[in-house]
Formats: sequence, structure tokens, C-alpha cells
Amino acid sequence: MDQPGLKLLREVQELEFALIELNLYLDTHPDDEAALSTFNKLSARYAEARRAYEEQVGPLVNYGHSGPAREPWRWVEEPWPWEIEY
Amino acid sequence: MWLYEKKLEYPVRVGKKDLKMAKYILTQFGGPNGELSAAIRYLSQRYSMPTGRAKGVLTDIGTEELAHWEMIATMVYKLTKGATPEEIRRADLGSYYAIWDKGIFPSDSNGVPWISAYINTMGDPIADLHEDMAAEQKARATYENLINLTDDVDLQDGLKFLREREVVHFQRFGETLDHLQGYMDGKKFF
Ligand SMILES: [Fe+2]
Repeated sequence: MDQPGLKLLREVQELEFALIELNLYLDTHPDDEAALSTFNKLSARYAEARRAYEEQVGPLVNYGHSGPAREPWRWVEEPWPWEIEY
Repeated sequence: MWLYEKKLEYPVRVGKKDLKMAKYILTQFGGPNGELSAAIRYLSQRYSMPTGRAKGVLTDIGTEELAHWEMIATMVYKLTKGATPEEIRRADLGSYYAIWDKGIFPSDSNGVPWISAYINTMGDPIADLHEDMAAEQKARATYENLINLTDDVDLQDGLKFLREREVVHFQRFGETLDHLQGYMDGKKFF
């Protein structure tokens, strides 16, 4: 993967990590309004980062969850996650 | 339903080819306290949980464990990339190679296949949550052993991330246990 692609990937990973943490925290603290509002702010940024990555590199999720597919079908393009050199 | 995300949860980097380390790390792929055990344990236990919170925590942590399982496979893949049969033999991995070539088989560091007897689904939420908390501590201890076995700082970075996740999971399971105990006490008295 090229440098711009990698940079976008790191942004997606960083935002998603924060959201995973907040998600697990909210599972056991569902009434924490501050955590919920941070979750919502980050989730908007996350959607933006995913869009930018998918535009440049290809879909992150299959079965239609990454929106309309471009031609040719990009899901099967390499590298797969374990092959990426950071 | 599950969705696959075509990316790792956290970047896995490896400083150098290290077959012995790949063998040691394999235990987190298919050993007793590994990520496969964790995922299957939580995703099996969730069906007998009495509250939405407990079902949610087990679903979300179980799903995250699958992402860790992928990170572990990536470590093994990268640590063994380009290894020749001669190098494999010299690293004492000939017996593994004879059976599985360079396939990543869910087994522990000694090649013992993964079995579901590593986990339990008691149907009793309190017993299950106690098992989950213990499992997180066992996984944390295993990661500390693995970190001690290597001086590759790139590899250590990924192992430290996974170790840290076990600490967070332990915390969330502890809160879930408190919540379940409260829920069950409430049920008893009303
Ligand atoms: Fe865990």
C-alpha cells in the first residue's frame, strides 16, 4: 500500500480504536452523557475518514455496507490486512 | 450476522524474521488462553445472559477478540515470511512444518490442536463472568511472557497493545459482574 493510503488507514484505525473503547465503556455505563457525546463526535469523524480511505484504497466492508461498488470489483484487490507493511 | 472489516484493529509490525518467536506466539492463536478461546467463549456465553448489558458486553468483546485473533495470525505470518525449510528445521519447527507446512493452524506453541474444552459455557451468568475475568488475566500473563521472550521492539508494540486490551476487558467484565449481581439480588427480593 502506498504512503497516502497508509496514512488514511492509520486515521481510520485510530478513530475506530477510540470508538471501540467508548463503545465498551458505554456498554457498562449507558447513562454517561459525556461519553455518549464524545462517541457521537468521533463517529462523525470516523465516517469521514472511512470515506476518504475507501475512495483511495477500496471498500473496508463487503456485502454492500461500503456503498455502491466501482468497476472493476475492488474487494478482492491485494494487499489483504495481514500483508500490509506499516 | 457478522461483518468483516478489511483492515487490522491495530498495525502489526515485525522487525525481523523470527521463527522461534512465531512458534511461541502461535499459542495466542490456538492455545488455551489465546484469542480464539476468548472469542468462542464470549460469543457462546452471551445466549444465556439475563440482561441486555451483559449480552452487549459479551458480543462486543467477543467480536474484538476475533480482531485480535487476526492480529496474532498476522504476527505469525510476518515472522515466518520467506523462511526456507532449512531455517525452519534449524529453529526446531520441522515437526510443525512436516504436518502443516506454512499454514497457520489453531494450536498452541507445541502444536496441540485447539479444543473447546479450553472454555466453558455454564449457563450461569455469575460463573461465566468469573471465568471471563480469569481468562483475561491469563491472557494478560501470556502476553507478558511473550513480551519477555523477544527484544524486537516492533513486535513488542503489537503484543503490548494486545496485553492492554486484556486489562480493559477485565475491567468491563468486572463492571458487568457487579451489574449482574445487582440484577439478580433485585430479582430475588421482588
Ligand atoms: Fe480480551
